[in-house]
Amino acid sequence: MKKIINDPETVVQDALRGMQAAHSDLLTVHYDPAVVVRADAPVRGKVAIISGGGSGHEPLHGGFVGRGMLDAACPGPVFTSPTSDQVVDAVSRTDGGAGALLIVKNYTGDVLNFEMAAELAESEVRSVVIDDDVAVKDSLFTAGRRGVGGTVLLEKIVGAAAERGADLAACEALSLRVIASVRSMGLALTACTVPHVGSPSFELADDEMEIGIGIHGEPGRQKVPAGTAAEMVSALLDPILEDLPFASGDRVLLFTNGMGGTPLLELYLAHGIAEQLLADRGITVERRLVGPYITSLEMQGMSLTLLRLDDEMVELWDAPVHTPALRWGV
Amino acid sequence: MGCTAADVVAALRAAAAVVQEHRDELVRLDQAIGDADHGENMKRGFTAVLSRLDTEPPDTPGKVLKLVATTLISTVGGAAGPLYGTAFLRASAAVGDAAELDRDTVARALQAALDGVFARGKAVVGDKTMVDALTPAVTAAASAEGTVAATLSAAADAAEEGASSTVPMVARKGRASYLGERSAGHMDPGARSTALLLRAFADAAAKS
Repeated sequence: MKKIINDPETVVQDALRGMQAAHSDLLTVHYDPAVVVRADAPVRGKVAIISGGGSGHEPLHGGFVGRGMLDAACPGPVFTSPTSDQVVDAVSRTDGGAGALLIVKNYTGDVLNFEMAAELAESEVRSVVIDDDVAVKDSLFTAGRRGVGGTVLLEKIVGAAAERGADLAACEALSLRVIASVRSMGLALTACTVPHVGSPSFELADDEMEIGIGIHGEPGRQKVPAGTAAEMVSALLDPILEDLPFASGDRVLLFTNGMGGTPLLELYLAHGIAEQLLADRGITVERRLVGPYITSLEMQGMSLTLLRLDDEMVELWDAPVHTPALRWGV
Repeated sequence: MGCTAADVVAALRAAAAVVQEHRDELVRLDQAIGDADHGENMKRGFTAVLSRLDTEPPDTPGKVLKLVATTLISTVGGAAGPLYGTAFLRASAAVGDAAELDRDTVARALQAALDGVFARGKAVVGDKTMVDALTPAVTAAASAEGTVAATLSAAADAAEEGASSTVPMVARKGRASYLGERSAGHMDPGARSTALLLRAFADAAAKS
């Protein structure tokens, strides 16, 4: 294992120090428990938007802390959910009197820890669980779909709503609408290596790809021969389109996400193909996001996310945002 | 003769040592069907438990169990933190302020721990989780006779058998469930850690 780290035990803490140094105008890092908080928190009268999860998905979530997006992020160890006391601490540091909305990705550990935090917090707290990954069957026989790329879009849109003064119930309702309208799927060309494990999380031959991967180095549902870019994009887009389902005439946001080890050159190439395939089906891409925003360490691969837009979502997507990873309108 | 706070502390020290010793095994089991963090998370949690037992040793068995619960909840993360944390918290409540634990109290505490895991994690037997180890352990403890050590030993035997029974199962909870049929053929890491903890408690009780 070759990585730019000193010690697997302190990798998250060490990275947080660098983040604090790089972005002290936008955020403040607290270390015990670990919480990344918007620099001007608490903002009086504003609903606090809080998320968190295992580290290793940077810039998610700490990179989205700032005006117009998250008030706080709770970074867990690599690929491990944060503990409930981190979340309770985040709530108490950011609640400006209007309560807090917790955005939880649907993983057993995250759900359990945020659930305990919501019970322990002294503020008014609501939680929403995002589960946009169509690769996982949602049934009584699984933990349900995972929260993946849609999380980035949800945090931006509901963050903008809270910034404009939407109350807790409105932020919750908007979140549920976004969650109901967003779908994602990912693939990997290589596995990733978790620092404290030291070996790749699954095996892939040189000519294979894993379809339906999550963001924690967990294997997907199926290994298939790695084909052309067009085949890869279709392998992700088709199940997404069928699932919601998206239909001709829909207006969408297309998010082409890199898993950490895939260059932008390839992401733009894939994005161009996806735009064309959507145009062929009469689906209008009105907004887009391309880049590594929810990653899985150094994994090579990508995910596609489609969000069916309405006017309010478009307006909130375009609203100013000032965070380490997303910045426009400021 | 029952277990005093000091005996419970000794059992937890033994458990921490076992978790440390089996850290890599738990990582490997979790790597096969999950996200490879269970061994590291448990090690981090029990290392924190050790350091808190050193600095603030509690004076009743119930308080020891509560200290373990709050420490695991605030240090482990993942699903194991809330699940083991809730288990120890319920066990602590079941024990109350008794100065010593007899075998009935131990059996009751195990039942309370299982109830807590059911309530928090909502898994049932057959889902390929720690419930598959803890459920038979509770049943065995309830019908065991004799000393605390014999009770815990029966529970540990049953938990080990329960953990082995998870190998052919297809997971229906947690990250392993994403794999569907591919989750079969591997032991559930949470069931394994449950069996390890109970064996460590039983061995410690036999020595005290």
